Amino acid sequence: MPIRERLSGNEAIAVAMRQINPDVVAAFPITPSTEIPQYFSQFVANGEVETEFVAVESEHSAMSACVGAQAAGGRTMTATSANGLALMWEVLYIAAAMKLPVTMACVNRALSGPLNIHNDHSDSMGARDSGWIQLYSENNQEAYDNMLQATRIGEHKDVMLPVMVCQDGFITSHAVENIELLEDDKIKAFVGEYKPEHYLMNPKEKIAVGPLDLPAHCFEHKREQAQSMINAKKVILDIAVEFEKLTGRKYDLFESYKLQDAEVAIVIINSTAGTAKTVVDKLREEGVKAGLLKIRVFRPFPSNEIADALRHVKVLAVMDKAEGFSAVGGPLNADIRAALYGNADGIKTVNYIYGLGGRDVRSDDIETVYRDLLEIQKTGKVGADYRYIGVRE
Amino acid sequence: MAYNLKQVMNKPERLTGGHRMCAGCGAPPVVRTILRALKPEDHAVCGAATGCLEVSTFLYPYTAWRESFIHSAFENVGATISGAEAAYTALKRKGKMDDTYKFIAFGGDGGTYDIGLQSLSGAMERGHDMVYVCYDNEAYMNTGIQRSSGTPKYADTTTSPQGTVLPGKQQFKKDLTAVMAAHHIPYVAQTTLTSNFKDLYEKAEKAIYTKGPAFMNVLAPCPRGWRYDTPDLMAICKLAVDTCVWPLYEVEGGVWKLNYKPKKKLPVENYLEPQGRFKHLFNKENKHLLEELQKDIDMKWEDLLRRCNEA
Repeated sequence: MPIRERLSGNEAIAVAMRQINPDVVAAFPITPSTEIPQYFSQFVANGEVETEFVAVESEHSAMSACVGAQAAGGRTMTATSANGLALMWEVLYIAAAMKLPVTMACVNRALSGPLNIHNDHSDSMGARDSGWIQLYSENNQEAYDNMLQATRIGEHKDVMLPVMVCQDGFITSHAVENIELLEDDKIKAFVGEYKPEHYLMNPKEKIAVGPLDLPAHCFEHKREQAQSMINAKKVILDIAVEFEKLTGRKYDLFESYKLQDAEVAIVIINSTAGTAKTVVDKLREEGVKAGLLKIRVFRPFPSNEIADALRHVKVLAVMDKAEGFSAVGGPLNADIRAALYGNADGIKTVNYIYGLGGRDVRSDDIETVYRDLLEIQKTGKVGADYRYIGVRE
Repeated sequence: MAYNLKQVMNKPERLTGGHRMCAGCGAPPVVRTILRALKPEDHAVCGAATGCLEVSTFLYPYTAWRESFIHSAFENVGATISGAEAAYTALKRKGKMDDTYKFIAFGGDGGTYDIGLQSLSGAMERGHDMVYVCYDNEAYMNTGIQRSSGTPKYADTTTSPQGTVLPGKQQFKKDLTAVMAAHHIPYVAQTTLTSNFKDLYEKAEKAIYTKGPAFMNVLAPCPRGWRYDTPDLMAICKLAVDTCVWPLYEVEGGVWKLNYKPKKKLPVENYLEPQGRFKHLFNKENKHLLEELQKDIDMKWEDLLRRCNEA
């Protein structure tokens, strides 16, 4: 019987980590992810896990220790946010290039500067090219479920990549919600043993990891790494099917909400999708054909599937909770437009930057976006396609 | 058992020849001697910071390491090896490993005194059962002889060049060995290549087989950066010790012990003279700089003697 509980997003992640019982957790405190290593170190102190908890002196060392531990042959996890993720940057790329399936809980927070502890997506969006798989979570249940699937995805022999499970700082990390947990033994069976093919502490095969790799070979290695990311899509879907059998909860590359016949739609990531769904419901009651596409898997980016899902939409808003400073829109906007180009041309598309530095995003704001889309549909005029919502100007 | 060079040299090489380190470089004999201190039945997971040692011993698809080896980045070998050791501890606890593994990190002075200091300090403070070895060649040699905080005062490097106004590096060398001793870890040693590698070998053995973190600071001359004749490697090391520029000592369980006291302490000029990086100090107008260096060495030597109860 599944266990009904009330947990915050951070607690849900920590519980998933306890149930997985990894070999090493190396982490450094940073708001709003701090609670994860706090809860976890309590599990260690109480003997509820057999994990070696490494309380490192920085996030750079957290990711470095994860690399050492995973390469040595241990299943390894960490948690961080914002500047902590930024301090890991160099080593994120190294973990991915070494094909080390480290799992990270990334509790999204605005990246300095200015210093701000609240939610936006500028941290993980900046890491989108680091070679990590990125899964996003609307609520605590999804954060928990993604964390359980992440280990399986990353460790799959066709993938062998690190995975970042993202959720919104404070909004879901600190808000207590109802959640359905699985029993420990079911998770143990689902996640299984970590059995790496090559690792440092294999007495039968000594290996060397992390060479100087010059032009004669480096390109081939990057190509192989890219193939792992290409392979990940199918693995993510296969594991979602398995997870659904176990829990009844269905996961895909993204969620389509009332999208099938939608004429106006938005693409959005993480907790604001929840707010937006209530707006969609309200508009539907008014007879407006509104829909929503919520990204779950941002890396690998499900380009063709998104184009197929949006093909029939007349007017689209791409919602970015991160400024890309490209002067033409945010990072999600760039990928969505690229997905549509040549695949689903003719959709009038606008980009909104919203909620930076934890600016509250209300249903009114989302409704304004849909009203804007309806106006564009009515007049046929897009106007500015790079906009802000909720900012004082 | 008394140290026997012949016996030690007959132990299997764990860093093979054929790597790309320069002739006359101190780093390879330092690594080989340290790895010989492993018991034959023991395995090691070795790591290196980015630097000469790493790029010259592990250029894809070749490795000179016969032990498992990992390189991640410049500033994080302390943290990287601490992670491997943590995995070992966890896997042993879970009953998945029974082999005897040792964990050894190597970094140059750039990767240790400077950019990797935090990572090293953290790993030592956390008490991992590992050895960190700094092969100190007193500058960023891999990028072309730039000054580090391990570079001695007045040395000519490419970012502390001697010019018409400045006579080389303006600051004294950081006393990293003492910094690590202040971590109050089980074992800290300072050594170099002298006397048939005896001092280095015996300290390596202690460092590896002392439970908990250990740090070794090993002076490892660089013929390119120091500008000495390559066959003079051992002679330069001997002069470093006999001038008390680089005293041999260890701090074991908090007790400071001097391992070598020269019968006749030689003047610093004897050490500086064969090295091109100090050539400008021998111009007549720089005599006072030599005097300043001698005074500094004398002061630090007296201080060490007091700490070691030898004064």
